[in-house]
Amino acid sequence: MNELLSKYPQEIQQILAKYPPAFKRSAVMPLLYLAQREPGYVPRQALNDIAEILDISTTDVASIVGFYTLYYDRPAGRYHIQVCNDLPCALRGADQFLRELCERLGIEEGGTTPDGLFTVEAVKCLAACHRAPMFQVQGDGEIVYHENQTVELAMAWIEEVRAKAAAGQEAQP
Amino acid sequence: MSEHVLLRHRDIPNIDRLDVYLAHGGFEAFKKVVTQQQPADVINEVKNSGLRGRGGAGFPTGLKWSFLPTNLWPHYVVCNADESEPGTFKDREILESNPFQFLEGLMIASYGVGANLSYVYLRGEFWQVAARLDEKISELEQAGLLGENLFGTPYSLRLRTHLGAGAYICGEETALLESLEGKLGQPRLRPPFPAVVGLYGKPTLINNVETLTNLPPIFQKGAAWYKSLGTEKSPGVKIFSLSGCVNKPGNYELPLGTTFRELIFTHGGGLADGRSVKAIMPAGASSSIIHVNADSLLDTPMDYESVAAIGSQLGSASVIVLDDTVNMAWLVSKTVNFFKHESCGKCTPCREGTFWMNRLAGRIAAGKASAEDVTLLDSVAKQIAGKCLCALGEFSVMAVTTGIKQFRQDFDGKVNETRSEETVPQEAMG
Ligand SMILES: Cc1cc2nc3c(=O)[nH]c(=O)nc-3n(C[C@H](O)[C@H](O)[C@H](O)COP(=O)(O)O)c2cc1C
Ligand code: SF4
Ligand code: FES
Repeated sequence: MNELLSKYPQEIQQILAKYPPAFKRSAVMPLLYLAQREPGYVPRQALNDIAEILDISTTDVASIVGFYTLYYDRPAGRYHIQVCNDLPCALRGADQFLRELCERLGIEEGGTTPDGLFTVEAVKCLAACHRAPMFQVQGDGEIVYHENQTVELAMAWIEEVRAKAAAGQEAQP
Repeated sequence: MSEHVLLRHRDIPNIDRLDVYLAHGGFEAFKKVVTQQQPADVINEVKNSGLRGRGGAGFPTGLKWSFLPTNLWPHYVVCNADESEPGTFKDREILESNPFQFLEGLMIASYGVGANLSYVYLRGEFWQVAARLDEKISELEQAGLLGENLFGTPYSLRLRTHLGAGAYICGEETALLESLEGKLGQPRLRPPFPAVVGLYGKPTLINNVETLTNLPPIFQKGAAWYKSLGTEKSPGVKIFSLSGCVNKPGNYELPLGTTFRELIFTHGGGLADGRSVKAIMPAGASSSIIHVNADSLLDTPMDYESVAAIGSQLGSASVIVLDDTVNMAWLVSKTVNFFKHESCGKCTPCREGTFWMNRLAGRIAAGKASAEDVTLLDSVAKQIAGKCLCALGEFSVMAVTTGIKQFRQDFDGKVNETRSEETVPQEAMG
């Protein structure tokens, strides 16, 4: 029983249609995004499902998860707050922004808030160097940019997400 | 510049809407080439324009197109929208704000090399951009500008987007192809070159987003018009991504050959009060650092030849400005950390070398190393150079060697007397 296939039959057909039938292995990256969308990481079972759909080995699929930074093989905070502190952003205060944001959340870089909602990570250039400090939020199958940030702005957004999560609504990043 | 060639959304509101783009001459060039020109004529026009690749290497675009053998089919075009060089954010602006001009460029290139299926490989972080691009592609299909038998000719074309997932190395064209084929993004041995053995083993043209976006105006206004812009050897316009210690960082579209001074002071608003330009990295984190120790260096024209003549590279023109408060040992710790993170691990000198450079540079920047560690860092960098499978390894040492050579005092000012424990095993370097 292929869980992924029975859950997203149409989307999987659409993904496969993007590539020549003889080279369906190309679909591994979009299928991994699909598998990660709800749980926030790629569960073990999904590796098998994708391997089966594409006629490749589970090890091959797992190696793709390991190679690329946007795939996760274990659960973390629901939202990954990925702060760019690469050179151009660092020249405009990104290191200090990251430090202060972590302090306000009471976590270390790489850590997750006790409510399980946010994991803060330092990442490399996101092609937004002119709008530093900035971060992207990865979660709910989406990636959203937050640019020209201050710690106050970031905290305001975080509190908003927390309030929505507490109200049990679908939180929008 | 009064009228933009590439950043036309700054002159024409809503040009990201198909009706508006069409009202401003959109897809006239594509229709003209498909209905009136042979692929060979198209390639000649690109050659005559003098356009050079905007992804970093500056390779003549028309010449690259002519390398695809006409006895091996099918052909593919793959657009490189991986944009991950620290300091580069120009392709993103094109894709977000002037998407149809980019797509028309990709379509002209596809016709020029006879491809019926072309891909846009975007970095995974451009998730929203890709979703919007998919919508634009559907609109073009509905409008009859993409699909079967275009304009009643035998020519058919489909476009597809593909998202990467966070790996700078996938901007290297052969790693990009591996990634698009569903494998690890690691560079291939060359030759064969992608023009002969590319995507799915077939002849493949790979061009950058900005390169392709130049094509519609070239075909509308003519190669001679384009060649009249810029300099003789570096014709045309370029988007300079200006970042770092300037008042107005951002993208500026200017003719190639514009000086650093004009970019930084006329357009970029200069530096904060009382600060001066200490150094420039014109090609992002991969640059050889330009030490601005004479004011006249700011008058260097930003074209491929002039920047090379002062010992650096124009690359993708991601100009990072460093003012007199920036310590170069700190800067090198940043660039080296980037390359250590992004090394794909396929070859030993790059994998091990970036690891050791990162340890050493980190310790130096933190004030926990000795003067000998600076010398060791320099020697590790020199052992990596020239031994790597792809250019990432070479890029990783540029700032290190040019930084230590020109700003040794910044490094020495950080060291203390206690030598760190670091010794780099010789065998590690392959
Ligand atoms: C490590 C590395 C990273 C690269 N990253 C990019 C990139 O993000 N975008 C890009 O267009 N070219 C990048 N390139 C250059 C490509 O390999 C290739 O030369 C380019 O896409 C060709 O297009 P062009 O001729 O239109 O410039 C990179 C090269 C290397 C070695
Ligand atoms: S030089 Fe570095 S990035 Fe390039 S193939 Fe070798 S290990 Fe990979
Ligand atoms: S360095 Fe942070 S977005 Fe480029």
